[in-house]
Amino acid sequence: MAPALAWLTALMVVPCALVLALAFFRRGIYGGIEYTFTLENFGLVFDPLYAGIFLNSARIAGTATLIAVIIGYAAAYAISAAPRRLQPVFLFFAVLPFWSNYLIRTYAWIVLLNREGLITQLLRWFGYTGEPPSMLYTEGAVIAGLVYNYLPFVILACYAPLSRLNPELAEASRDLGASALTTFRRVILPLTVPGIAAGAVFVFVLSIGNFVTPALLGGGRFQMIGNLVYDQFLTANDWPFGAALAMALIAIMLLVLMTQALLADRAAGRAAEAKGGANG
Amino acid sequence: MSEPRTLLAIDHVSKNFGRVTAVDGISLDIRENEFFALLGPSGCGKTTLLRMLAGFETPNDGRILLDGRDIARIPPNKRPVNLMFQSYALFPHMSVRANVSYGLEMERLPAKEIRSRVDAILATTELVPFADRKPEQLSGGQKQRVALARALVKRPRLLLLDEPLGALDKKLRGAMQLELKRLQHEVGITFVIVTHDQEESLVMADRMAVLKDGRLLQCDTPHAVYEHPADRFVADFIGVMNFVPGKATADGVLAANGARITGKAPATLSPGASAVAAVRPERIRLFPEPQTANRTSGTVEALAYQGLDLQLHIRTALSPKPFLVRVTADAADRRPVAAGDTIELGWNAADVRIFAE
Repeated sequence: MAPALAWLTALMVVPCALVLALAFFRRGIYGGIEYTFTLENFGLVFDPLYAGIFLNSARIAGTATLIAVIIGYAAAYAISAAPRRLQPVFLFFAVLPFWSNYLIRTYAWIVLLNREGLITQLLRWFGYTGEPPSMLYTEGAVIAGLVYNYLPFVILACYAPLSRLNPELAEASRDLGASALTTFRRVILPLTVPGIAAGAVFVFVLSIGNFVTPALLGGGRFQMIGNLVYDQFLTANDWPFGAALAMALIAIMLLVLMTQALLADRAAGRAAEAKGGANG
Repeated sequence: MSEPRTLLAIDHVSKNFGRVTAVDGISLDIRENEFFALLGPSGCGKTTLLRMLAGFETPNDGRILLDGRDIARIPPNKRPVNLMFQSYALFPHMSVRANVSYGLEMERLPAKEIRSRVDAILATTELVPFADRKPEQLSGGQKQRVALARALVKRPRLLLLDEPLGALDKKLRGAMQLELKRLQHEVGITFVIVTHDQEESLVMADRMAVLKDGRLLQCDTPHAVYEHPADRFVADFIGVMNFVPGKATADGVLAANGARITGKAPATLSPGASAVAAVRPERIRLFPEPQTANRTSGTVEALAYQGLDLQLHIRTALSPKPFLVRVTADAADRRPVAAGDTIELGWNAADVRIFAE
């Protein structure tokens, strides 16, 4: 326990505390830090310009989350419906991209999406002769990159409850007169929501703070908070403001994680209470 | 009494999975308001047959006529048939009331009617105090009643029950057997129960079908199946039976040791063919009268006292396995026997059944 705590303190708590402290100082005239206390940096976070970037990031992360959940849930559903012995094979293929580096996976999308990339060539091969479509350096490219990178999390998170679901529950619903769609909506979906929530929180938190994907696939034109923080530290040389932005981002992530933990806890509490009732 | 009406006609139904034939040309009729049992060892095809009646499997061949209409290809949500699952398959995220209401909501009935019908069935199944509980807060017996209520509230033409008592302990099972029969009378719905427990079918069923390897061996009342089994397998599967192997003769079986067992042989059995003579343990008398048709002597190997009666294992020269004999407590008290005793036993020709081996 103690080494773990020391590790956590040295590599998590201390750096975070330093960044937090930084956010309360002024920026020096020629960069650097002027050690006088101020709340200006936090005020600036709420400036419409920067708040807009927060909202934009949340929107992009939200869209990526939605798409990843839909595709990931469908994939997990298909895997859980496959013959038992094939399921581990499909899961292996689903997480296979994880074995390569994040940067390389993102670069692969540049190869796919650029003006003379694979997709354009494929279109040409089918007889398309017009202007090559602009796909790279769009918001769509950023979302595609985020969805692609975090999809395996959703598949794994949704597969767990789906594979544990008693198949007779769906049959019972059909037997009682429900269509396949109603069975999905009223039985399968409610029983697998915890997996969806876990996967969605994962994608959202990782997406909203991401700066590599927007930088590479968005070409810097679609700034997200991650890029903004990066710029403050490394380009604008305004460390205190960068620190305040980073803190705001951490606060958003914590809020999302805590909400999910609270809801999951409440669900688990209900289940435990229910179990206790049966024993009593 | 008028001729009982056929509700469900299973007409030459076959089902195979790949190269495995699960159900092989079964035909049988199930009558209105009947408590019908499909009985057989595991793998006999009874569950596949049940799933075809529910609509979860489609027969490769044959027809399933409900009220004269072929339902073989109608999906499960569109047929007036409900299934009570072996695992009960209660929806864990819904209360007892929500579970029971679910099927009526699917019929889009007015909320008021749903409420009154659910209330009524909860009262019938004695579940009113548990209406707001979740399935995991219920005992095994309560879950079983919820599963039953959920299916019955739909007022199906036919209720299918897949090993309904399998998950209950022995004592509760006995009580639930009678409870199910009472309920079936009360609601007036035809029940088809699948079970591997021959005792269960004898107790509950009005008529029963014995299946083996996807084929129907016998379909009759429990009494007829028990007293006049169609073949050696049925004789062995239902209840306990003593077998004496030998060769068929004109008036019985010639045992391996040369003894003659007198009994009525089926006409299809030609003299000299391999055959077995069979007799139920409760038909055998100890210390038989001299004029008893079949008599032998044996050594008592073991005694099992069962309260109501006494079971004896008696080694005889007639068969490789010891004879099982059931004597009432009364008779056992009158002439006590002990292990190691050599005693006479006998049975009437009318109690002998003879089958091809």
